[in-house]
Amino acid sequence: MNNSNSMFARAMPILFGALFLIGLVAPFAVYPTFLMKILCFGLFACAFNLLLGFAGLLSFGHAAFLGSAGYVCGMLVRDLGVTPELGILGGTLAAGALGWVFGVLAIRRTGIYFAMITLALSQMVYFIVLQWKATGGEDGLQGVPRGHLFGVIDLSNNIAMYYLVFAIFCIGFFIIYRAINSPFGQILKAIRENEPRAVSLGYDVAKFKLLAFVLSASLAGMAGATKTLVFQLASLTDVHWHMSGEVVLMTLLGGLGTVLGPLVGAATIVSLQTELADTVGSWVTVIMGVIFVVCVLLFRRGIVGELQALIQRAGIR
Amino acid sequence: MEIFGVPSALLGSQLLVGLINGSFYAILSLGLAIIFGLLNIINFTHGAQYMMGAFVAWIALNKLGINYWVALLFAPIVIGALGVLIERTMLRKLYKLDHLYGLLLTFGLALIFEGIFRDQYGISGQSYPVPELLQGGVNLGFMFLPIYRGWVVVAALTVCFATWFIIEKTKLGAYLRAGTENPQIVQALGINVPLLITFTYGFGVALAAFAGVLAAPIYQVSPLMGSNLIIVVFAVVVIGGMGSIMGSILTGIGLGLIEGLTRVFYPEASAVVVFVIMVIVLLVRPAGLFGRA
Repeated sequence: MNNSNSMFARAMPILFGALFLIGLVAPFAVYPTFLMKILCFGLFACAFNLLLGFAGLLSFGHAAFLGSAGYVCGMLVRDLGVTPELGILGGTLAAGALGWVFGVLAIRRTGIYFAMITLALSQMVYFIVLQWKATGGEDGLQGVPRGHLFGVIDLSNNIAMYYLVFAIFCIGFFIIYRAINSPFGQILKAIRENEPRAVSLGYDVAKFKLLAFVLSASLAGMAGATKTLVFQLASLTDVHWHMSGEVVLMTLLGGLGTVLGPLVGAATIVSLQTELADTVGSWVTVIMGVIFVVCVLLFRRGIVGELQALIQRAGIR
Repeated sequence: MEIFGVPSALLGSQLLVGLINGSFYAILSLGLAIIFGLLNIINFTHGAQYMMGAFVAWIALNKLGINYWVALLFAPIVIGALGVLIERTMLRKLYKLDHLYGLLLTFGLALIFEGIFRDQYGISGQSYPVPELLQGGVNLGFMFLPIYRGWVVVAALTVCFATWFIIEKTKLGAYLRAGTENPQIVQALGINVPLLITFTYGFGVALAAFAGVLAAPIYQVSPLMGSNLIIVVFAVVVIGGMGSIMGSILTGIGLGLIEGLTRVFYPEASAVVVFVIMVIVLLVRPAGLFGRA
């Protein structure tokens, strides 16, 4: 086990380097908007996985962070004429603040209750967004300009926008990677594995959980704010609880608690949805449901998790 | 006649709407509580099963000519049997794992069921006629009461209290409660716990379907009717704490009434008032009103 783990550790920098290079040249081979969608949802799923995969906290309300950051960013950029980078920052901070409120309330309970509380809170956010005039109700926030990055670089160019999204993804991913591989990440894992023991070791468990929650919410918000700029709109689907379910599916399909799993899961789901949208109509939901059920029943390790297990078994032999 | 500056007819009718919604919250959170008690699973499919109960009644009426009264029994049996199938083939495999997997599996199933009905019937609702016997209404002097709505409250509460009676006062209920406390010992005493679990899940699901049939003549029968309701019911469950059977019934009705009152005095807040109460309860009593910490 240890041997192959260190094997993974050695292979990781090479893998990341290769992926980074692919990310740099990808927009010349694949439609950039599609790639940007994958990166936004990938970051969203990675942020979610930080919470579920490493701290064992199943939040069923992460759409609230993705969505509200999207609305905040959209309103800042469109209605107040703020530059895009400040719009994204504003959305991220707003999601972080919302995450703090959710976290304070939800970490009082664990397990299934935790999931239900986050779900109910996010539905409250949904109703507020639906009824508040400034958010455009059913229509959402339309016609958000991409603007000029730092007042200089014109983001209406898809390639320029792609590199901004790619940079944001890399920053977010790096923060998560560092968090996981730090004493903080180790404490989170300890809490996940055995909470009473973590308490008896003297850790302020509630504080660490809250910190993880705020971090995850902020990064989910960063993804949402970026997504609003890419598509130039913020819509109700981003705040609806189905989105919270979708991010669980992405993470589960890719591999819970693996570093790259959520990105792989997001890419798979986004591709599937794009491919299927024209051909099968409302059966998309059914297919998503079937994938969910199959993942839970048959391969809980997800795509990346199964691959790792495969490599490990080969390594032992 | 006015009460707090509000015409009594308006207040009365909103309280009635609140009582009806509260009856649905009660019966759905009761079903969730029963399933949670023995299976330790939050049945995310509950909303879809409620929706399917309404659809079975609708299809039975329009395609098979089965009337409302038969559907009231028929739909819970059909959907309950489907529940038994789900428990036997899927849920059973998850008991040894983290409880979260049960929630995720039932969430996936909800997506499947909703998607199928959406493909078949679209999102615009179908209407279901009020059965002949319960048409019309009575004038209570201060307000007008449609008979069917009165019936829904009576029927829902009767089923809720019958369930409470079975669980708290009968031998079968005693096995159930014992199974919740310590399945190994109950098994050792010669009681077939797996069968008990299957039966419990089927019964909880049947309750949801029963609520669906009751709802069919009031609301539009639509594939989405369950998915929005179920989140409110989850909030009800958090508030009540799922500690007791009676707790979920009382919390459900109480919250329905509060929601109705909010609709009179501050309509904009009526969609979020249950969640606001949830926040307040969590701050004061994290385990819920009837919950054990």
